[in-house]
Amino acid sequence: MPSTLPFWILKNSARSGIAALQGGKRLYSRWASNGNEARWRLFSHLPGTRKSSVPCSGFALQKASRHTSTEEDDFQLQLSPQQVNEVLRAGESAHKILDLVSGVPNSVLRFESNQLAANSPVEDRRGIATCLQTNGLMFGIFDGHGGHACAQAVSERLFYYVAVSLMSQQTLERMEGAVESMKPLLPILHWLKRPGDSIYKDVTSVHLDHLRVYWQELLDLHMEMGLNIKEALTHSFQRLDSDISLEVQAPLEDEMTRNLSLQVAFSGATACMAHVDGVHLHVANAGDCRAILGVQEDNGMWSCLPLTSDHNAWNPAELSRLKREHPESEDRTVIVDHRLLGVLMPCRAFGDVQLKWSKELQHSVLERGFDTEALNIYQFTPPHYYTPPYLTAKPEVTYHRLRPQDKFLVLASDGLWDVLGNEEVVRLVVEHLAEAGRHKPDLAQRPANLGLMQSLLLQRKAQGLHAADQNVATRLIRHAIGTNEYGEMEPERLTAMLTLPEDLARMYRDDITVTVVYFNSDSIDAYYRGG
Amino acid sequence: YIRTGSVFLAQTQDRLISLKRINSRLNVIGIPSEIISPKKVAELHPLLNVHDLVGAMHVPEDAVVSSADVALALASAASQNGVQIYDRTSVLHVMVKKGQVTGVETDKGQIECQYFVNCAGQWAYELGLSNEEPVSIPLHACEHFYLLTRPLETPLQSNTPTIVDADGRIYIRNWQGGILSGGFEKNPKPIFTEGKNQLEIQNLQEDWDHFEPLLSSLLRRMPDLETLEILKLVNCPETFTPDMRCIMGESPSVRGYFVLAGMNSAGLSFGGGAGRYLAEWMVHGSPSENIWELDLKRFGALQSSRTFLRHRVMEVMPLLYDLKVPRWDFQTGRQLRTSPLYDRLDAQGARWMEKHGFERPKYFVPPDKDLLALEQSKTFYKPDWFEIVESEVKCCKEAVCVIDMSSFTKFEITSTGDQALEVLQYLFSNDLDVPVGHIVHTGMLNQGGGYENDCSVARLSKRSFFMISPTDQQVHCWAWLKKHMPEDSNLLLEDVTWKYTALNLIGPRAVDVLSELSYAPMTPDHFPSLFCKEMSVGYANGIRVMSMTHTGEPGFMLYIPIEYALHVYNEVMSVGQKYGIRNAGYYALRSLRIEKFFAFWGQDLNTLTTPLECGRESRVKLEKGMDFIGRDALLQQKQNGVYKRLTMFILDDHDTDLDLWPWWGEPIYRNGQYAGKTTSSAYSYTLERHVCLGFVHNFSEDTGEEQVVTADFINRGEYEIDIAGHRFQAKAKLYPVTSLFTHKRRKEDVELSDLHGK
Repeated sequence: MPSTLPFWILKNSARSGIAALQGGKRLYSRWASNGNEARWRLFSHLPGTRKSSVPCSGFALQKASRHTSTEEDDFQLQLSPQQVNEVLRAGESAHKILDLVSGVPNSVLRFESNQLAANSPVEDRRGIATCLQTNGLMFGIFDGHGGHACAQAVSERLFYYVAVSLMSQQTLERMEGAVESMKPLLPILHWLKRPGDSIYKDVTSVHLDHLRVYWQELLDLHMEMGLNIKEALTHSFQRLDSDISLEVQAPLEDEMTRNLSLQVAFSGATACMAHVDGVHLHVANAGDCRAILGVQEDNGMWSCLPLTSDHNAWNPAELSRLKREHPESEDRTVIVDHRLLGVLMPCRAFGDVQLKWSKELQHSVLERGFDTEALNIYQFTPPHYYTPPYLTAKPEVTYHRLRPQDKFLVLASDGLWDVLGNEEVVRLVVEHLAEAGRHKPDLAQRPANLGLMQSLLLQRKAQGLHAADQNVATRLIRHAIGTNEYGEMEPERLTAMLTLPEDLARMYRDDITVTVVYFNSDSIDAYYRGG
Repeated sequence: YIRTGSVFLAQTQDRLISLKRINSRLNVIGIPSEIISPKKVAELHPLLNVHDLVGAMHVPEDAVVSSADVALALASAASQNGVQIYDRTSVLHVMVKKGQVTGVETDKGQIECQYFVNCAGQWAYELGLSNEEPVSIPLHACEHFYLLTRPLETPLQSNTPTIVDADGRIYIRNWQGGILSGGFEKNPKPIFTEGKNQLEIQNLQEDWDHFEPLLSSLLRRMPDLETLEILKLVNCPETFTPDMRCIMGESPSVRGYFVLAGMNSAGLSFGGGAGRYLAEWMVHGSPSENIWELDLKRFGALQSSRTFLRHRVMEVMPLLYDLKVPRWDFQTGRQLRTSPLYDRLDAQGARWMEKHGFERPKYFVPPDKDLLALEQSKTFYKPDWFEIVESEVKCCKEAVCVIDMSSFTKFEITSTGDQALEVLQYLFSNDLDVPVGHIVHTGMLNQGGGYENDCSVARLSKRSFFMISPTDQQVHCWAWLKKHMPEDSNLLLEDVTWKYTALNLIGPRAVDVLSELSYAPMTPDHFPSLFCKEMSVGYANGIRVMSMTHTGEPGFMLYIPIEYALHVYNEVMSVGQKYGIRNAGYYALRSLRIEKFFAFWGQDLNTLTTPLECGRESRVKLEKGMDFIGRDALLQQKQNGVYKRLTMFILDDHDTDLDLWPWWGEPIYRNGQYAGKTTSSAYSYTLERHVCLGFVHNFSEDTGEEQVVTADFINRGEYEIDIAGHRFQAKAKLYPVTSLFTHKRRKEDVELSDLHGK
């Protein structure tokens, strides 16, 4: 097996494009000339390298061949298919949504989600929750870089901001009343999938205070019905980002809290979230996570409808936005090597105050005696840092009115999209649906007799069909890391990918997080017919 | 209903044995049934493939009813008698005041009531927990699948017999001319572990892949069904309990709170009888039959962990169609309660059984011996541990053995004045006003004179008593004491079960071991039988040493505060070495006690058997100057004579190696006429015979009416025990075989030795 590794890595890097390879080389020469382990760690904490499937593939070429000679043991570890499944399924979560929400059939049927870590600890986060005070289901994918602190904070807090933004004046008044009279707060969210264990338990009161300030400001706006969804999403993103930025500037007594806020602010996270209420689907995106819709036309053909555009250097709209926001003199320096100021792949993100604050502010905050080394914060000023902020968390919000032909929504971090195209993802989900259909033979349509049923079941048993992925997100991840350059599943490759040592995994693959939301076409249909 | 009859198929000889056992039991309770050949099976049901069968049992009078119809009929009958039924109303919780049910809070308001019956099926557990003082009702639901088909081309006759193919794990019956078939698969799917809120989320879906083994089994049994059209696969959860028996009775903590649930898929067949007993229970305070095995109080809060229930029902559900052999132990939900010596004993080869969550050693496998794997060890014949237990028994008879008996329920009753003595005199039939340090074997009787509990009570001081009862009495006995004890703050009842590790030193050399460890004379002159003293053993002080062994053999029970357990055990083992000490388990104990005719509560004795019916007059002091519970009934019985009598049977022409072993529940025939059933049995290594205990009745030959049983009646009979259809001659004894008492020290030993060593 060791001999096969460099082979496909080479192919992979070639596929990623020449531009990427160059980028990798540049980074390599700049920061990792020694190439030893210690540098690696530091390196991987740099915001500049988070988008590392690109720089790393160039890198991996050498690293891997080195490893084959010296550390063969790492690669000899063979996993049985059973073990492979266990590894892949560890992050699974699935949920069937209540059929009725206050008497109205829900447009979401169920969701399936999974996550596979490459970073250690994983830097992706996901959250799924229902708003309790307003109708609506929220799905979010958060891809952290430079540590997981920011992703964790955003995944925990963003939904609350959105939920509060959507509340009517009356509900907000009740919330405020409850806090004033020290009564228990109305429940805001019901989490269907929590974003990991909170490391911020001790600071939630601070967070709540800031949330409260936010709703107090909303109250002052005196809007009877609350914001519309689009506004709410935009405001929430920006508000949360500015709170993150302000929290670390404000003098905080408690050292723990202070350090945490610092880690959050000096790491970053892109976010993509969907809000579904009846047939109204809103997707807000900041960064390079992606959401696509699987559509089945009347003629049965499947197609893909992207709901977001990636905010990175390959997006002309983003390029022109950046050029518009900064003086003409910086046109050549804003994007270098397809990275913002030559360091960051996405052009929009939470946190990353290094690209938002003025140099003076950064210095004054960090000079307040933080132990930056212990906190794994790498302080640096990118070249050509003239007119901050360069980075924003303002999301691009897309509205889509769900139609009966819209069957599912896939939200995933760029770890998936780097390897699988939109069409490929839709194809895999459709295949999965078809198999699931075979899984439970439809007796109403196809009256089978006992003998046929038995032979069908025995056949399925023999093929181990029902043992394959039940969860479509797992299937996508399996294909993302196990597909070779010809688009075929290669079990050896899958095993190799999963047995990578912790510190090497990140070089060959990124954290992958996938959530697939299935819509209930019947209830959407009913919505249209019922008016 | 439609009388269809039913046929239980046997694919193996072992299955046939189990059917034969059932058959002989059915016959004596008046249900006609017979063992038939495969050829006859084919005649009864034309579609059956009988090539792989070795036989079957036919029960011609079995019938099929529709549960919906029965329920509807009951409901309308109830309504006609003035019962109000509230449809679509959910119970929020049961209102309790001072430990008594006062009403029910529903989503439509309150209903006042004196009695509440929790029949919530799979939700009974949740409903029990919703109480302020939770009532633990250990049961758990599993998905249960059955298949419905369209009618056959020539629809099945409505009287086609129901087929149970337990080896194939399926049942098959006629359903509207087609087939209804389901089963109890090996890999059940437990559901609703987290509770009721899943109901809306997880709607019950068919799972064909899961059903495949059962479907294959069906088509193997009835190959002609291949072309039969499927109607649907129904997923209908069934509720199971930790021991495969249903749960009924009154809550030990809330008066008026009754339960009837956990029917293990047999709700329709048992519902009628269970309902009747429950009604009797509510009206008369107790049911007319012994149903301890179904009593809610056999469980405690310790069986109500969700994880435990989930794991246990996964074992219980397949067990419904598994072969049930003697001495079967559950494999799941184990190692919950253990003695501090558990690891030590386990390392020495202990094999374990579980009672009320407590691990107890069965026997110790010597290092050089291998036993069969679990599945292969299932047998109705001589088991593979025979020689192991034999050597343990021999050691008990000739040297000394130590058995960890920590599982026994231990209570302490103390008071400031004479209240403790008074209440015990009222509750127990024997005279407890004995000098300090004496132990009394006594029954705790009910109004009818029947045993609610059989225990040993040691008088620790003038005002405190130490009470030892069987393991599974922990909840029942506590509830009984609490119910009958006056509310008196000066009277303290404490459950000290967990505080003591109990070691039983059995054998003639036990006295040597103990005196060496305590530097105190332990001879009968200084330490008479049935005596209790706190003394030091090794370095440890305050060990309660009692001169009794629960077997009738000489020896001592040591009640050791748990922190000393390991120390005392180590000391006993190292000092005992020169006396030939070894570990022994409950199987040895059981053999010893049964050959000495020691009956055990829960098996031989129950709430409907009185001391007079088992030869324990000496343990009842009618004239002790206290009108204790059950005294009137005993007085009357003494005058009128008893209608059944516990008797010991020694099997004569039984070949231990080749014949089927007795177990319990075998019919007893006196002079060729049915006279009762056995309650327990064991092989006596001393007599080299099997010994069975059982009650002999005197049914009038003409009317079948029960008549008085006298000693003369017992002695003059010729007896046979029916084991799976084969009758073995047996000698009846009313008193233990005296030749056994070679180690007898004093006469009292025989009369007073304790009778409850399980």
